[in-house]
Amino acid sequence: MHIPDGFFDAPTSLAAGGVAAGTLAVAVRRTRVALDDRQVPLAALTAAFVFAAQMAAFPVAAGTSGHLLGGVLAAVLVGPWTGVLCLTVVLGVQALLFADGGLTALGLNVVNLAVVGGLGGYVLFLVLRGLLRGGRGRLPLVAGLAAFASVPLSAAAFTLEYAVGGAAPVDLADLATAMVGTHVLIGIGEGVLTACALGAVLAARPDLVHGARGLRAGARTPALPAGDERAAGAAPGAVEPAEAAS
Amino acid sequence: MTHADAAAGSGRRGLVLWLAGLGTTLVLAAVLSSFASDEPDGLERVAADQGFLAEADEHDLAGSPLADYQLEVGDDRVSTGAAGAAGVVVTLSVGGGLLWGLRRRWGRGGPASPPG
Repeated sequence: MHIPDGFFDAPTSLAAGGVAAGTLAVAVRRTRVALDDRQVPLAALTAAFVFAAQMAAFPVAAGTSGHLLGGVLAAVLVGPWTGVLCLTVVLGVQALLFADGGLTALGLNVVNLAVVGGLGGYVLFLVLRGLLRGGRGRLPLVAGLAAFASVPLSAAAFTLEYAVGGAAPVDLADLATAMVGTHVLIGIGEGVLTACALGAVLAARPDLVHGARGLRAGARTPALPAGDERAAGAAPGAVEPAEAAS
Repeated sequence: MTHADAAAGSGRRGLVLWLAGLGTTLVLAAVLSSFASDEPDGLERVAADQGFLAEADEHDLAGSPLADYQLEVGDDRVSTGAAGAAGVVVTLSVGGGLLWGLRRRWGRGGPASPPG
């Protein structure tokens, strides 16, 4: 999913660079205000995990592979704005050290993977979390569904950008069909990996998971006010099935 | 269980979780990456099918020592694994350093100091 140099004309690459820089400025400001000291190790590990998972490409169909993009996973774990920074660090390291993703396409890659996939995917996560209600036990499912959808969403963003400033003439309907179709398949892997990784963190330290704030343990119970289930006293029985399920 | 006990317990669990996560990350980057699919990814596949893959230019840093996830230290698997491990260390350091820096500069008496 990493765009190389040469796919887009200069104005489009520059414009995407501007959008990426603007979003990063907001992300830096929001992270300064919101990031808790205790979350820094988790956020750094999230970036490293996304880097590692992107190396472990899995086959999706004849002659095609996919890998975790990680935008929704990062956003749900450490918050959407810090997630944008995590993804940008990954993309920067890949482009500057590993010659993966063009230097002139860095803005486009940040827009597609961190902004559209991460922030856009997080909006999907919030909508789904609202629709499906439920407590923490449901979060891996909700995040997995949002992560699944975020991959074709990124692919659709690529198609839109290509319509604006792609280097070669293509049939846009064909391109859209191929991009979204292929990335729906890759999205299945994204959803499964996101649900598994989030489930593992939730089982150990639910208090660190940004997307779980305000939710109590369990699959159905309504959110408790501030405080947690330990203080509420009623929870020991309710905690176990949720953790076992996740 | 007092709150202090609970905090200490979750702190230990946090460290265990973090180390387990780091272990998983290193296994992914240094071991499983060598067995990753060599097929083109979704974008490359579509670009090839739609006839614009040839538009891609060679990367400006294609000659860098880690280019294409190969740190030439042995056979392909070892080289990929070494590059992956190096990438994890760099990403962890850059990410951690950046976020820690952001957190620190604002943390001293800034508006974000969490209560308690």
